[in-house]
Formats: sequence, structure tokens, C-alpha cells
Amino acid sequence: MTGETLIDVLPFALLGAVLGVDVVTFPQAMFSRPIVAATVSGALGGHAQYGLLLGATLELIALETLPFGASRYPEWGSASVVGGALMASVSVHGETSGVSAALACSVLAALVTAWVGGWSMVGLRKLNAIWARAAAPALEAGSSRAVVGLQLRGMSADLLRGGLLTAVALLVFRPVVAASVGVWSVDPRLTRALVVGIASTVAVGATWKVFHATTGAIWFFIAGLIGGGALVAMVR
Amino acid sequence: MTASFKTRWTMFVRLFAIQGSWSYELLMGTGIAFCVEPALRELPGGPDGPAYREALARQCRYFNAHPYLASLAVGALARAELDRVPGPTIERFRTALCGPLGSVGDRLIWAGWLPVCSLLALAAFGAGARSGLVIALFLGVYNLGHVALRAWGLRAGMSRGLRVAGALGGPVFRRGPEYIARAGALLAGIALPAALARVIGPGRDMEGLIYGILLVTALGSVTLARLHGRVEGWRASMVVLAAFVLYAVARQHG
Repeated sequence: MTGETLIDVLPFALLGAVLGVDVVTFPQAMFSRPIVAATVSGALGGHAQYGLLLGATLELIALETLPFGASRYPEWGSASVVGGALMASVSVHGETSGVSAALACSVLAALVTAWVGGWSMVGLRKLNAIWARAAAPALEAGSSRAVVGLQLRGMSADLLRGGLLTAVALLVFRPVVAASVGVWSVDPRLTRALVVGIASTVAVGATWKVFHATTGAIWFFIAGLIGGGALVAMVR
Repeated sequence: MTASFKTRWTMFVRLFAIQGSWSYELLMGTGIAFCVEPALRELPGGPDGPAYREALARQCRYFNAHPYLASLAVGALARAELDRVPGPTIERFRTALCGPLGSVGDRLIWAGWLPVCSLLALAAFGAGARSGLVIALFLGVYNLGHVALRAWGLRAGMSRGLRVAGALGGPVFRRGPEYIARAGALLAGIALPAALARVIGPGRDMEGLIYGILLVTALGSVTLARLHGRVEGWRASMVVLAAFVLYAVARQHG
């Protein structure tokens, strides 16, 4: 591991820390959604448009996982930063022809990071419980210092969690993605089609789950499809 | 008794960190205490008085709600404490608030507003919008609803106190999810093919491929919908994608 690699990773780790905190802890303004986080990360790497491409693909998948209370869900904030950084790094190294391969590999890396990120959030919640248990006598005595201390400790730990996750994921995945893109053997258009096909499948299933119970929603969806088809024809 | 503007403003800012110490035991209990605390300083005896300490200890206990709608609870609980409502009454009221604020918020925001804003951003992406516009549209529209809901909740809670339940009977909560779901279904129809086409990229010879993907997508999503609750799409996509990446890399060496 070279010093240059660590310096390269640092800005993304800071971004991953801040956007990881946004998922639950502060301020939950959805800066952590893939379409935002991956684009910002791509921009930080010098290629906002590749970040957006990856962010839109991940956003389709993320439509399925909504942050319901105590449920375990993937952590998209840090993961999207990792994905956006990986996409940008391929282009930075002058391999723009490998964008399709980079998309497939970066989406996969982001999904794995999101999965691990979900587990790290569970760990943090358990850690918060341990700290709260230790502070129970002070809380029962109505100590504002204990309340503020728990909040600050929880937010700091989450910041550290997001930063570490992003840094480790980038250090692991960057060489793997670069190597994979170098030996990619599938047609670029077919690669993109497969990636977007997978993402769309999850997105359609997710929107059905969310909206199917509403009367008439299916007709609105069909009307939308007609409009979407017209939009595609117009843009292409 | 009502809190000063400075106190209400501090409470509003703290609302954004209400889940700062979320845990499996207290859930957002300490977060509620953290947000109510500025109002409690106005109790007789000040920040070190027995009334303040008793009230703060009460607010630290288990609490669960949607994080945005928890602002309604924060306002109502602060008002109840300032009005010197008896402790056991506040505790019962606090417990009663958890269920409705959780289910209403989940339905309105997590299953309504958030996917709608995501789909709006995806539609803009599919229409060819640049990255800055896509981000600004998503964050602007989403946070318009998000910040307004937190601000309204705190204000309604502070003004209604223990009678806050009536605020949840407003038209936004009764009919809102239904309208949002229809808008979401419409946007999903627009956004999905448009986003799909943009990710694949330009090319006159791509129509066949797009129709092929649409067919696979339709079949795949019906399968996912039928397996609802047993298979998570994002996990399945991770497995399929991993197999594809391995194949694409290994074929070169084969």
C-alpha cells in the first residue's frame, strides 16, 4: 500500500463518512441516496457523469430498500461513494472504453459495501445500547450531560464507521476493479444491458410492492409507461 | 406556557439529530430527550432544578416513531412538561404516541414521498438532465417535504400539547399517501424505461436489446413480486451480478 493510495482514498473516506452519517444519524436529508452520493463522489474523482450513471443504476436497486425503523437494510451512503469513486478512477486512468465493465464491477462493489455497511450499522446500534446502559443511572437522574454525551458519541462513532468502511472498501476494490476491467471479455453493450436489466427488475418489483395496494395505481403506471416510451423515442 | 422563539429554534435544529444515539434498547428515547431538553430549561428551577431533572429522566425512556414525525411528539411532550401535566399522564401519552407516529410516517414518507422523489430524479436522468440538475431536483423536492414536515410537527405539537392526535387526522395524512402512490406509479412508468435507455446509451440498433431487457425485466419483477418476503431483490441482484462479473473475467483466461 503506497502513501499515494492512502492520500487518494482520504477525500472519498471523508465524503463516505459524512454521507454515511446522513443515512440515519444526521440529518437524514437523503444526501446519502445513491443518485446523489455516487454523483458527488464521481465529481470528486473528476467524472460526475460516470458517477451519475452508477448512481442512477444503484438508485433503481435502492428503491427496494426503504429505511424502516429497526429493520436491517443496506447502507447506501458510503457504498455509493465507493461506487462513484471506482467509476471515476477507471476513467482517470484513461480507460474510458471500459466504462461498461467498470459499471458492472462498481455496482457489484457498491452492493457488497452496502451489505457490509448494513451490518456495521447493526453493530453501531448495539454499541449505542451498551453506552446507554452504562449511562442509565445518569439518565435516570436527569443528567443533560449524559443525554448530550450519548448523542455526540453515537454521531461520532457513525462518522468513523462510514469513513473506515469507505476507506477499506476502496483500498480493497480499487485494484480488483481495475484488474477486472483490464481483462473484461463481454461486449460492452451487452454488459450495460445486463446491469440495467438487473437493476430495472428490482425497481419494478419494488414499485409494485409500494404502490400496488392503491386503487387505480396500475392505470397510472401504464399511462406513465406510454409517456416514458414517448420520452425515450424523443431523446433517442 | 409556551417556549421562547430561541428555544423552539434550538429544538428544531436538534430534531435533525434525533436518531444520533439510536439503539435497539431505547430506540430514539435519548434523541427525544435531546430535542425536548431546551424547553425543559424553562421549567421552574432552571436546568438544575428537580422539575427539569425529573422531566428529562422521563423523556430518556424508550420511544419509537418515524424520525420526521417525531417532531410532533417532541413539540407535544415539551408543551405537556411546560404545562406541568402530571408525570404518569405524560408517560401514558408518550407510549400512546409511538404507534401512530411510526405507521403514519412510514406510509407517508418511506413508502411514499421518498420513492416518488427518487423516481422523479430518475425520470429527469432519463430525460437527459445533467448531474447538477438531477441532484438539485431530488434534494430540493425531497427536502421541501422533509423540512416542512419537521417544522409543522414541532409547531403543531407545541400548540396542541396532549390534544395532538387531532393533527394526524388532517387531509395530508388521510388522503396524502393515496395521491402520492398514484403519482409514484405514474412516475415509475415514465422513469424506468427512460433511465434504462440512458444507462444503455445511444444507438439506433439498440431497440431490440431494449425490448429484450424490458421482457426480462417484466418476467424478473413478476418473479420477485411472487417471492415477496422470501427473496430480497438487492441481494439477488448482488449474486447474479457477482456470477456475471466472474464469468466475464474468467472467460478471458479460459
